[in-house]
Amino acid sequence: MSNSAAERNRPLSPNIQIYRPQLTSVLSIVNRITGVALSIYAVALVVWLVAAATGPWAYATVQGVIASRIGQIALLGCTFAFFLHLCGGIRHLVWDTAHGFELRSIYISGWAVVAASVVLSALAWIARSFVAG
Amino acid sequence: MDRQRMRSPLSRAMGLGSAKEGAEQWWMARVSAVALIPLTLWFVASIIAHTDSDYVTFIVWLRMPLVSILMVLLLIALFYHTALGLQVVIEDYVHSGAKFGALIAVRLGCVALAVTGILATMRIAFGG
Repeated sequence: MSNSAAERNRPLSPNIQIYRPQLTSVLSIVNRITGVALSIYAVALVVWLVAAATGPWAYATVQGVIASRIGQIALLGCTFAFFLHLCGGIRHLVWDTAHGFELRSIYISGWAVVAASVVLSALAWIARSFVAG
Repeated sequence: MDRQRMRSPLSRAMGLGSAKEGAEQWWMARVSAVALIPLTLWFVASIIAHTDSDYVTFIVWLRMPLVSILMVLLLIALFYHTALGLQVVIEDYVHSGAKFGALIAVRLGCVALAVTGILATMRIAFGG
């Protein structure tokens, strides 16, 4: 908690900027970033519920924002962030049972998370376009 | 020194070390995560199914008892998980004086958002 310049400028360990990004490290930080992003979308969920409780005009306003171009991009981002965090979270739950720590397993599960997130996001939007007709 | 060595490992551990609450947060993050797997998948599937629904159809759906219950459970698990997750992120990356303010803001914000969301759901569920 010292304010001297010497203490403030100390390098922090590990010096992540000198490491080449790897699937393992990228997915680790992605799980955090998507978690933080989903927190913001959780606020939007409450806004959406409050609008629905307020009345048809408030609900229509929120639905209008979601239907806009920016709203659709945000919704697509939400879908992908959700499935990345879901799949990454399930990977963490498996690790919590002390399974899948071999280097080979870690890379297999890592790429499985990436592939499953892309496929599930695509399926969600395909299903949505079918419902929308 | 000698006296310290004579004590049993249990005796040395008692009264020292952890505050015995560290595992609780870690464990509750996992419990809420497990709850969120079915709840969020149900929510996403429902939202997709209601893509083209108008206001009345959506309200009628949300008023169904099972749907109201699942929505309230989703809000509780979601904001509990969010509070724990953001707390870890703040503890790991914020080392300035803003840390405690941020921790308090996250905790209070999550409670406020959960209560607001639950009350909105209940207003719809019990509204005339």
